[in-house]
Amino acid sequence: MRLTSAALPGSEAFRANRAAHLEALRVIADAAALAAEGGGATARERHLSRGKMLPRERVANLLDPGAPFLEIGATAAHGLYGGDAPSAGVIAGIGRVHGHEVMVVCNDATVKGGTYYPMTVKKHLRAQEIAEECALPCIYLVDSGGANLPNQDEVFPDRDHFGRIFYNQARMSAKGIPQIAVVMGSCTAGGAYVPAMSDVTIIVRAQGTIFLAGPPLVKAATGEVVTAEDLGGGDVHTRLSGVADYLAEDDAHALALARRAVGHLNRMKPQTVRWEAPEDPAYDPEDLLGVVPADPRTPYDIREIIARLVDGSRFDEFKPRFGESLVTGFAHIMGCPVGIVANNGVIFSESAQKGAHFVELCSQRGTPLIFLQNVTGFMVGRKYENEGIARHGAKMVTAVATTSVPKITMIVGGSFGAGNYGMSGRAYQPRFLWTWPNSRTAVMGGEQAAGVLATVRRDAIERAGGTWSPEDEAEFKRPTIEMFAEQSHPLYASARLWDDGIIDPRKSRAVLALSLSAALNAPIPETRFGVFRM
Amino acid sequence: MFRKILIANRGEIACRIIETAHRMGIATVAVHSEADALSRHVAMADEAVPIGAAPPADSYLRADRIISAARATGAQAIHPGYGFLSENPDFVDAVDRAGLTFIGPSADAIRAMGLKDAAKALMEKVGVPVVPGYHGANQDDAHLEGAAEAIGYPVLIKAVAGGGGKGMRKVTRAADFAAALASARSEARNAFGNDAVLIEKYIEQPRHIEVQVFGDGTNAVHLYERDCSLQRRHQKVIEEAPAPGMTPEMRAAMGDAAVRAATAIGYKGAGTIEFIVDGSQGLHPDRFWFMEMNTRLQVEHPVTEAVTGLDLVEWQLRVAAGEGLPLTQDQIPLNGHAFEARLYAEDVPAGFLPATGRLAHLAFPPGIRADTGVRTGDAISPFYDPMIAKVITHGPTRAVALNRLARALEETEVAGTVTNLAFLGRLARHEGFARGEVDTGLIERDLAALTEAEGPSLAVQAAAILEAAALPEGPLSGFALWAPLRRTVTLAHGGDEVTGVVLAEGPGRAHVEIAGETLEAHRDAGGWRIAGISPGRVIRAGGAIHVFAGAAGTFSFAPLDPLDRAAAAHAHSGVIEAPMPGLVKAVMVGAGDTVVAGQPLAILEAMKMEHTLAAPRDGVVAEVMVEPGTQVEPHAPLIRLEEEQAP
Repeated sequence: MRLTSAALPGSEAFRANRAAHLEALRVIADAAALAAEGGGATARERHLSRGKMLPRERVANLLDPGAPFLEIGATAAHGLYGGDAPSAGVIAGIGRVHGHEVMVVCNDATVKGGTYYPMTVKKHLRAQEIAEECALPCIYLVDSGGANLPNQDEVFPDRDHFGRIFYNQARMSAKGIPQIAVVMGSCTAGGAYVPAMSDVTIIVRAQGTIFLAGPPLVKAATGEVVTAEDLGGGDVHTRLSGVADYLAEDDAHALALARRAVGHLNRMKPQTVRWEAPEDPAYDPEDLLGVVPADPRTPYDIREIIARLVDGSRFDEFKPRFGESLVTGFAHIMGCPVGIVANNGVIFSESAQKGAHFVELCSQRGTPLIFLQNVTGFMVGRKYENEGIARHGAKMVTAVATTSVPKITMIVGGSFGAGNYGMSGRAYQPRFLWTWPNSRTAVMGGEQAAGVLATVRRDAIERAGGTWSPEDEAEFKRPTIEMFAEQSHPLYASARLWDDGIIDPRKSRAVLALSLSAALNAPIPETRFGVFRM
Repeated sequence: MFRKILIANRGEIACRIIETAHRMGIATVAVHSEADALSRHVAMADEAVPIGAAPPADSYLRADRIISAARATGAQAIHPGYGFLSENPDFVDAVDRAGLTFIGPSADAIRAMGLKDAAKALMEKVGVPVVPGYHGANQDDAHLEGAAEAIGYPVLIKAVAGGGGKGMRKVTRAADFAAALASARSEARNAFGNDAVLIEKYIEQPRHIEVQVFGDGTNAVHLYERDCSLQRRHQKVIEEAPAPGMTPEMRAAMGDAAVRAATAIGYKGAGTIEFIVDGSQGLHPDRFWFMEMNTRLQVEHPVTEAVTGLDLVEWQLRVAAGEGLPLTQDQIPLNGHAFEARLYAEDVPAGFLPATGRLAHLAFPPGIRADTGVRTGDAISPFYDPMIAKVITHGPTRAVALNRLARALEETEVAGTVTNLAFLGRLARHEGFARGEVDTGLIERDLAALTEAEGPSLAVQAAAILEAAALPEGPLSGFALWAPLRRTVTLAHGGDEVTGVVLAEGPGRAHVEIAGETLEAHRDAGGWRIAGISPGRVIRAGGAIHVFAGAAGTFSFAPLDPLDRAAAAHAHSGVIEAPMPGLVKAVMVGAGDTVVAGQPLAILEAMKMEHTLAAPRDGVVAEVMVEPGTQVEPHAPLIRLEEEQAP
């Protein structure tokens, strides 16, 4: 039952793989470091000169020291808006306060005054979605000028725009998921509803302000001249208006008050799964960089990855002799029982049936599911269409879509076509979706896409009696190949929040464990599957 | 042998006596003041009797109550320990009259030695050398100069009424005598209104060497000498046995003199003959002089026990019960070397001020003897001697015993009060002391180096900050997807704030940034190592973090909770509380006084620092709830201001 690795750590291939992965990782790490800088040195200095803590410091001083922090969307908006919105101007992640797992959403006022770009809204909403699905208390560290006006059409009116933030707060509060706001700077216009809609609100004296319209707008509208502090400062809101509940002297005090508020939540994590004593894998996760081929087209055994993720490298493989291109089985990750669904090549009808079967098993047992994606899609061709691969694929998609157990997806290689769907891609609402730096996500490979377009084109040319030289065809295909290469890169995906973040493969085990732990704050309801096409 | 005895004392000596008594199958009765009701000696004894309020005059000096307690409990004998009533002949008489046994010498013997001049005269009579001097009434200048000539230069002119060095002159040659006398007299007249002087032999490099004697009323033996030269203002600091540089001839001469002294007064029990010795040219049998006799068990008796392997309290009990001396002179062994260091709650940099406080933590290293009357959680109260313990080490040679002492002091852990531990440690590592160059002036000469206050190193600060951060253990400790979070930790250290940034890097790994420096830290079974080196054991006790940094000292830090800090900055309540346990030294205001923000209202002496408690805002004093001299617990309300008027 203990997996055996065939890896040769000293080999040339191993070292070459490792070098290539480290280079891919460096690109991501640079992007993450850039994002963590926020709005740059000048903006940071200005922020500090006001006696405020920098946003990452605020998060650090809110959370239990040294407790894990699972950041969401660290490289969101990377390369978007001309690079103006590092990390989309908001920090989000799951940390611990007095041992409670909480979702922190912290505006970064050094990024355009903390205003909401479209990706800021998307990230804020994604954080809330995770919080709602995982029943995590939300702590909003507010320091934002509200909607980014030049982008108002893309942040204000639609269903998943600014208004959804407050809708979510109300819905979560109704579900008993605590909402706590700490107003540490501006909180203007629509933003004023973040603290107002929270269960408990803390505001920093002579620093936090909450108002529907700021002094300039008030003057323009009514002629009234009033200071920000008199209009909606901490003293006003804690003494006169009641919009806030606690008055803090400074950031440190405000964060301590928020910690105290969490300490009084009186919440218990539900008992959902049978935990075992955690155990390190028998194979060092460090070697993931060497065992996974640098070239995504090189096939390898997905069990090499599983062996470096699960406790004791023990894997109770289910149906190992059937539908072998999909590996399914039971294991533990840091003590948490999981069912693993992992690709070992293209999905055939048998693989899909086995996948559906396994998801049913896990659903019945209430075992969380881990999907390890490295998939080029479902098998194509007459034989497969005729045997009904779409029917079998539908069974797997139905099972994955309708199961109630927490799903966590990690894209460790390719994620192409309907394989993305069957393996719990973003559209299938896994609790978390993480990607590796070497991963690629697209409807199909760039070569294939260019080939499809070229075939159509060649047919048209040849129907018209023309000819198409191989050089012309290559020139025709090049932009498509380049476009796919750019758009399938994980940074491109992560910038658009198609995932929750790119991770260092060596941290996969910790990320999965933390994702599971967060997810298990919510009870696991009974699964009711849809109609399986038999 | 007695079946039950009463110990008329407290602290370490009471505990030490109880231990021997119990070992000998003797039941024990403790007496205690109100302040000591929960103390260690009470817990150790079979029975305990309260004898009054905290001040010694109301309890431990109340002979009547002690004797009643002995009677009430059926104790047959009373051991007085040292101090308190131990050398009070009237108490001995009262014990005798009550039909009980006093474990110690007779009242007559105590009286004979109690008056210093008479004692010296007696000693001279039995051939015990006394410091040559003139103490006569004839104050004629020429007569005094003649006396000085007879004593032999150098001499010391001392004011009869003197003290504190006033009216004291050292004269090295006859030519200077007249001038020195005139100036000493003038100073004495001004200081004391009495210009009478005495002349004494001036002793170069004086050493304090004492001989332990034991008598059974008829015979006496000596248990060799102790050197108590390491003194500060006549307070012994480190004692040892034998005396460095002691020769067989000198020991024989001093031992004989001591036994003669004891026999002369028919001494019974344990006693000590103190000699002053001229150490300027090594020890010579003709250069020691009788100073006084202490007719009790000495604080430093454990060093004698260590080198002889004997239990002096057992001897006291046996002799008091009527047995003869357990050993003859030539049966008394002398093995190796021993040291005793007196660990006190005192503020060394502030001039050795006695300190108080509750011992949040107290631990001694294994393998050494530590005589103590307190435990973790006990208080060092202002009513009694602030001794915490005596740390005693023994070794085959002086060098080994001294090394053991230095190490034992480095490994001794005290939190909750300031102590002289670092000072003792430096003394134990003093090069001159290690060479055996001991004299009573050593500490005073090197005082600056021995008492220099040393701040916590960055590594110590980092260790405290990491303790405050309380980073979790386990594989997910310090997890972050990319760069670690930067957690700021602020601690109070004395009047200062220490701020550091903790970056948890993973399980058992962190960086700490302090004062622009980045320190690498990793955790092993013993705690955090900073740049690979353990800065000392770190504990959390009594709401504070204590770093026991060995020879560098003990450093205490208080975590600063932003909630408390903010509350203090904007105290809405007008109640001024004690920030820590301490003694109210002064209250500067009274009810009805108008005060302004920042104005000192009271002084709290805690951990031997004087903390000024200032008005948090303008206002009027409504009530003063304590009196100066009160010992208060943390958060005890001290002063209340009138309610603030709504603006």
